[in-house]
Amino acid sequence: MAFHEKQLPADASIGDKALNWVDARFPLSATWKAHLSEYYAPKNFNFLYVFGSLALLVLVMQIVTGIFLVMHYKPDANLAFASVEYIMRDVPWGWLVRYMHSTGASAFFIVVYIHMLRGLLYGSYRKPRELVWLFGVGIFLCLMAEAFFGYLLPWGQMSYWGAQVIVNLFGAIPFIGPDLSLWIRGDYVVSDATLNRFFAFHVIAIPLVLIGLVVAHIVALHEVGSSNPDGVEIKNTVDERGVPLDGIPFHPYYSVHDIFVVSIFLLIFTAVVFFAPEMGGYFLEYNNFIPANPLKTPPHIAPVWYFTPFYSILRATTSDFMYWLEAGVAAYVALIILRTRLAGKYKIAAAVIGLAIILGMFVFDAKFWGVVLMGVSVMIMFALPWLDTSPVKSVRYRPGWHKYIYLVFGIAFIVLGYFGVQPPTPTGTAIAQFCTFLYFGFFLLMPWWSATGTFKPVPDRVVFHPH
Amino acid sequence: MTLLKKLIAAAVLLPGLVFASEGGFPLDRAPDHTKDMAALQNGARLFVNYCLSCHSAASMRYNKLKDLGLSEEQIKNNLLFTSDKVGDMMTVSMSVKDAKAWFGVAPPDLSVIARAKASEAGSGPDWLYTYLRTFYKDDTRPTGWNNLVFPNVGMPHVLWELQGVRTAKFEEVKNPHEEGKTEHTFVGFEQVTPGSMSTPEYDRAVADLVSFMNWMAEPVQATRKRIGVWVLLFLGLCIVLTWRLNASYWKDIK
Repeated sequence: MAFHEKQLPADASIGDKALNWVDARFPLSATWKAHLSEYYAPKNFNFLYVFGSLALLVLVMQIVTGIFLVMHYKPDANLAFASVEYIMRDVPWGWLVRYMHSTGASAFFIVVYIHMLRGLLYGSYRKPRELVWLFGVGIFLCLMAEAFFGYLLPWGQMSYWGAQVIVNLFGAIPFIGPDLSLWIRGDYVVSDATLNRFFAFHVIAIPLVLIGLVVAHIVALHEVGSSNPDGVEIKNTVDERGVPLDGIPFHPYYSVHDIFVVSIFLLIFTAVVFFAPEMGGYFLEYNNFIPANPLKTPPHIAPVWYFTPFYSILRATTSDFMYWLEAGVAAYVALIILRTRLAGKYKIAAAVIGLAIILGMFVFDAKFWGVVLMGVSVMIMFALPWLDTSPVKSVRYRPGWHKYIYLVFGIAFIVLGYFGVQPPTPTGTAIAQFCTFLYFGFFLLMPWWSATGTFKPVPDRVVFHPH
Repeated sequence: MTLLKKLIAAAVLLPGLVFASEGGFPLDRAPDHTKDMAALQNGARLFVNYCLSCHSAASMRYNKLKDLGLSEEQIKNNLLFTSDKVGDMMTVSMSVKDAKAWFGVAPPDLSVIARAKASEAGSGPDWLYTYLRTFYKDDTRPTGWNNLVFPNVGMPHVLWELQGVRTAKFEEVKNPHEEGKTEHTFVGFEQVTPGSMSTPEYDRAVADLVSFMNWMAEPVQATRKRIGVWVLLFLGLCIVLTWRLNASYWKDIK
């Protein structure tokens, strides 16, 4: 196709001419329209829908503050701890940049957890948004990796021993484990070699993947359009121009809306940064103000709060708990065989896999299964679009008792997180084990419970009250 | 909603189960002298005289003490023992090897110790304040000193000239939770020789020293709070403006 440039009248402004010149060579106006000014979002978003924009804001903030930190930080076991204090004292405004970055890490998880909760409640992962959800879970995994690698960099006691504990987990994998953890560390203990590679992952590898996934997440979302609290597809009712009747252009309506919410978010965020950057030891752990000492294990090693629900599942998997898990797997296989309409070969496959897992639970020790459960507790989120068989998307039109299931799941998640912070006690472990069952039960039993009960009729149009 | 209420009640009660099991010597609340320049200067004086001979504060520059209202000349003449340049870090000349031979452990760097010692039992300054006031004479220890907050600590009582020599009295008290078991319980100090300071004077001096260490752990702490107020006011204004901006756009959406 021949190159075509639109001819503007001679008296067109210099700005219009410049834009015309660019548009002939790059889809600038087209991109602006497709993703902002003519991207039609449902008008009935509630406040839970702002956390996606906030996550993007925190991502940008982490990247920008991270760049400035890297200018002064030394990824060297002998210099790292002191270089962080150098940033805090001698670099002009270094303390602000560092606190924004450390608070930003926790803020990122708060924002993303709420963003995921919203997806869960309103069925944002359901057809046709499965890929949006899958990219999102990928982002969450990257975020966990980013936080884990980044946490080693200050080279404090918690940095060091946290990394030691987590890398040692890979050692629990049968046969290849010890070599695998050695390969990850690059040494027999966490050391300078580990610090250097974690630095490389934290500042280059993971951010690249993360940004790629964020782009994919947004492109996939804008391809199918946003869902909403009613779970109504707004593209089903359009006007003569093909514009959804319940849709409004993202810009300016949601951009001004987001600016307002960003102001509120920043108020809370800066209140933490300026008045409580340690957040009572949850955002910056006290022990991490002691330089890493490979010869002195702290009495209590706790990961940062955002990892603790999953860490709690790991710790809950004791050798006594294995019997419960074996019974759980057997019961689940029985449920698949008796209560599904799957073809016989799938039922046989389920029985074989279930038997293999139960045998494996007798052969390999509880530590390995703890690692497996912790991994599965995150990975299971990938399966969510296919586990949910409810005829409606949004919790609004589900049976009332479904709300209690979400509530119990939410409480189990928080309780797991709470016990992950605390030193282990017999009572705490028992409660964490119970919550582990609730956590997995929520997902694994979803094909049954999500389709059960009396569903309310979903309206054709969204429910909207003008503000 | 009874189910919901029960669940919330359970979630609220859970923390109590765990905190009840926390032990250790109870910490006194450290008086906060971080806004009192004279107290901080006194703390700095005590710090360089008593602490800096064994402990370093390697993230701290001598000329940072200018923030406490001291001139470079004053710092040079009164506080500079381990170096000759005011731009230098507060390092210590004792080698790690010697330190291990003398004390069994290298004395930790004190730059951020006031932040590191915080726990559920109290803030870092609380820990330091209690620690420096609970040394007692114990001839079973190599240094001749022991401590209630940090039992069998490697550090001797460096401030003994100020506080004087004290011994601690212990009694075997019945354990209320376990039948037939007794606990070695601290009941009080006994002053053997008086120090150069009375107890209130000593407590005030330690409070000054601990406040200095608190300031040193994060010299920017007062600045960030001062700036923070303005940042919050600015963002408060932003919220009002963006709220009205948002409302003016959304009034068209029916």
